[in-house]
Amino acid sequence: MIEIKGVKKSFGDLEVLRDITLTVDKGEVISVIGASGSGKSTMLYCINGLESINAGSILVDGEDVHAPGTDLNKLRRKIGMVFQQWNSFPHLTTLENVALAPRIVLGKPKEEARELARKQLAHVGLGDKLDVYPSRMSGGQQQRLAIARALAMSPGYMLFDEVTSALDPELVGEVLDTLRLLSEEGMTMIVVTHEIGFARDVSDRVAFFCEGVIEELGSPDEVIENPRSEQTQKFLANVRT
Amino acid sequence: MDYTFHWRPVFRQLPDLLEAALVTMEVAVLAMLVGIVLGMLLAIIRMSGRRSITWIATTWIELARNTPALLQLFFFGFGLGAFGLHLSPFLIVLAALSFNNAGYLAETFRGGFTAVPPTQKKAALSLGMTLPQTYLRIIIPQVLRVVYHPMTNQMVWSVLMSSLAMLVGYRELSGETQFLASKTYRIFEFFLVTAVIYYVMVKLILGGSRLLSWKLFRY
Amino acid sequence: MEQVSVFTAFQASDLWFLTEAAGRTLLISVLAISIGTLFGCVFGWLLSVGRGLADATLGVFLDVFRSVPLIIQLILFYNFFPIIGFNLDPFASGTVVLVLYTSALVAAVARGGIDSVPEVTRRAARSLGMTYWQDLRHIVWPIGLRAVLPSWTGVALGVLKDSALVSVLGYVELLRASQILMTRTQEPFVVLIIVGMFYFALSFPISRLSARLEKRWQYD
Repeated sequence: MIEIKGVKKSFGDLEVLRDITLTVDKGEVISVIGASGSGKSTMLYCINGLESINAGSILVDGEDVHAPGTDLNKLRRKIGMVFQQWNSFPHLTTLENVALAPRIVLGKPKEEARELARKQLAHVGLGDKLDVYPSRMSGGQQQRLAIARALAMSPGYMLFDEVTSALDPELVGEVLDTLRLLSEEGMTMIVVTHEIGFARDVSDRVAFFCEGVIEELGSPDEVIENPRSEQTQKFLANVRT
Repeated sequence: MDYTFHWRPVFRQLPDLLEAALVTMEVAVLAMLVGIVLGMLLAIIRMSGRRSITWIATTWIELARNTPALLQLFFFGFGLGAFGLHLSPFLIVLAALSFNNAGYLAETFRGGFTAVPPTQKKAALSLGMTLPQTYLRIIIPQVLRVVYHPMTNQMVWSVLMSSLAMLVGYRELSGETQFLASKTYRIFEFFLVTAVIYYVMVKLILGGSRLLSWKLFRY
Repeated sequence: MEQVSVFTAFQASDLWFLTEAAGRTLLISVLAISIGTLFGCVFGWLLSVGRGLADATLGVFLDVFRSVPLIIQLILFYNFFPIIGFNLDPFASGTVVLVLYTSALVAAVARGGIDSVPEVTRRAARSLGMTYWQDLRHIVWPIGLRAVLPSWTGVALGVLKDSALVSVLGYVELLRASQILMTRTQEPFVVLIIVGMFYFALSFPISRLSARLEKRWQYD
């Protein structure tokens, strides 16, 4: 369970998160929508401790992410994250990209790590690209590689930060299909996205972010089909046209 | 044209020249290694952003890059004498070349680090890697690729620059050539052969570097 | 008084001596850079147009100047001119060698500049009815220049510094002057510091000018 309680975050004078409270249950898929700069991505970075927070607390399985004594490296093992810019490691092959962290972070023997990597890559449909370097793959393939890389750590949670925003339109589908597959398998996911259709079809709940607060939170039916807030209505109207 | 070329004395001394070429390689490689260590240190200091120490790095880098290498050599050769410090010819050359290499490489390394997107660090950390792991496995291998080509050039430059050693009496290839040439008066012949040796050395370095890069960087 | 005496051997007239020498460094550098750049651009264009054939001939020839220490080149040419019947003084032979050296460096830069202009841009220019030379003058030159200005500045600054090597032929430029002064005053440290500042003063305007141009071109 991820519990976000009263979190505030500023960059200098800019208040990016203003009192965010959100609880994500095991097995739940939450989509986070909202305009650019509304703080969606920052919240993800705060959840795995890549950004610090100014107030409030974030608990992952009861452990306080931002407490001074927390071993962040250990905590991050159970939180997989995929970024907007596909962050494949360019100097490693696809297989090595996925096998590296299980080997050096989890201490798995080399062969076991590679076997695990093969399995995860097959899972996201890259089973035939094991010895290819990322520069030879499309954005969509690299993004699926990033997903496999995160999954190889057997995380309890997955955070997706606008993973399709930097992709060519024709490549968006393959990545969303992979996300869909994960949700069907019961993965707990927080998906920051601009794909309203995806949010509606896949998520259990949808959170609409607006200027650092959660303006509206509820089932896709409530937030996307019948938004109550005027801000939400305006945003959805803009996105749909 | 009433000049007659005499190649015999040169070829008779060829073994001496080749041996001196090895001395050139030695001092150039040594200066490169010292330069890499110091240059890395300077780059880190400069990137640290601490005013109290960055000025040292900045001064070093600017001096190394904006004054002639020969002036730097004279400084280590004669300038330090003002403080009662008299280095051997070998140390003068080594110190001057290392000083120069470090200044140029510091900027190369700094550029290399900025060329790796900060998101790479984030991605590695998000997988639970520690900071040392992140640098060792993810950042530095990528920096190495960016700086590999400039480093090769610096190595070539190190060899070419070492020729200045003849002006402080060190007998590497150029110094030896000058010595032999002045003994036999076949200045043109000797320096032409030496030029060829330098050319071959440079080509060997570039070729070797290319071979190595195929092995190192397959992506 | 002990400490002051360090500077006493160095006189005001010595400063003038160095200033004159700096003038000679500037003269030989400006000559080498301007003529060398001119030749270098032509060579660079030939390399870009000639491709394989040019690489195998002109390219190899120019590469020699980049693969042999400048000091060796200077000594070689200085001793070569008398052999073919020209007795060139240190200034003249130094200038010839520096021009060749500069043009070899600029050729590589210029070629990179020409090749940096995308083929589609050039096709677009030609499709508008521009002649080959108009395309070169109005499209390739301005785009390429912006791309390689930093590299060219690096070459120019390098030549300014490398001109110090002409001192081995006996031409009294800045570095040779420093040697003379060091011998006379026995104050090597002071002399070298001052000469270092002269070099700094000579190269600083070039790097500033280039940085300003770069900045201005970025925004339009």
